[in-house]
Amino acid sequence: MKVSILQFPGTNCEYDTQHAFEDLGATTEIVWHKSKSIPSDTDLLVVAGGFSYGDYLRSGAIARFSPVMKAVEAYASNGGKVLGICNGFQVLTEAGLLPGALKRNESLHFLSKHHHLKVINNDNVFLEKLSNNDVVNIPIAHHDGNYFIDADGLKELEENNQILLKYTDANGEILNPNGSVDSIAGVCNKEKNVFGLMPHPERAMELLLGSDDGVKMLQGFLEA
Amino acid sequence: MKAIVNVSLKAGVLDSQGKAVHHALDSLHFSGVSNVRVGKQIILELDTEDKTTAMADVTKMCEELLANTVIEDYEIELV
Repeated sequence: MKVSILQFPGTNCEYDTQHAFEDLGATTEIVWHKSKSIPSDTDLLVVAGGFSYGDYLRSGAIARFSPVMKAVEAYASNGGKVLGICNGFQVLTEAGLLPGALKRNESLHFLSKHHHLKVINNDNVFLEKLSNNDVVNIPIAHHDGNYFIDADGLKELEENNQILLKYTDANGEILNPNGSVDSIAGVCNKEKNVFGLMPHPERAMELLLGSDDGVKMLQGFLEA
Repeated sequence: MKAIVNVSLKAGVLDSQGKAVHHALDSLHFSGVSNVRVGKQIILELDTEDKTTAMADVTKMCEELLANTVIEDYEIELV
């Protein structure tokens, strides 16, 4: 199993992501954003978290035009699996590979803490090792995690089971930290091969870090 | 020629920064403000003096990069 991890100027979660997947037995490769292709043996492409291009203008807006993104679009349209974490999620929405957009947190604060999430739809490789309504503990660290989509878009997400995760408390009751529409923390595309979420599963891989609930999420890809 | 581009959140998309500024104005006893929207201004210096070309070019820039039309509106002024 080969996981390729994109690196833009300003990406800062590429090595955490690499560590997490290697711990699970995958081989990994960091791919610099100027590359015009992604490794041909890639089984999963991760757009890692951070602050691509300093997030000047808007989060993910400039990264979207990096040379590698054309290859990412081609990879995704051929059914390749793509996972965007935090800034990676923002990049994928800016690129139009995922619906919606990420706004400034409603509180205007940068949020960095553990948060609970509820599994909404597990009929996809990302969450297949979990059950619907399972509650997991995964850290968040973002300033622009306020997911927005209009009413029609939200209806479409619901109809196609594209809402993956919602922010909750430990009991699974909705607890919205950032103002996201419908408390959405992660979504996928209609075809269920492109996934994006604001929380960081790669930071919840061992109990020493406060939670190992990220393991089941990332394992879903490796055993797919 | 210059193009002044104003980008702001669409009507109906909650503007948290605007809300915070509104609240601060209230705290400072500036009454009579019914709503605040915070946006950003991007000033482009263009090589062309042709308004039609400029408007077409800048519109394309807004659609592709300067604004995220899922959440933002833009206005272009040529001076």
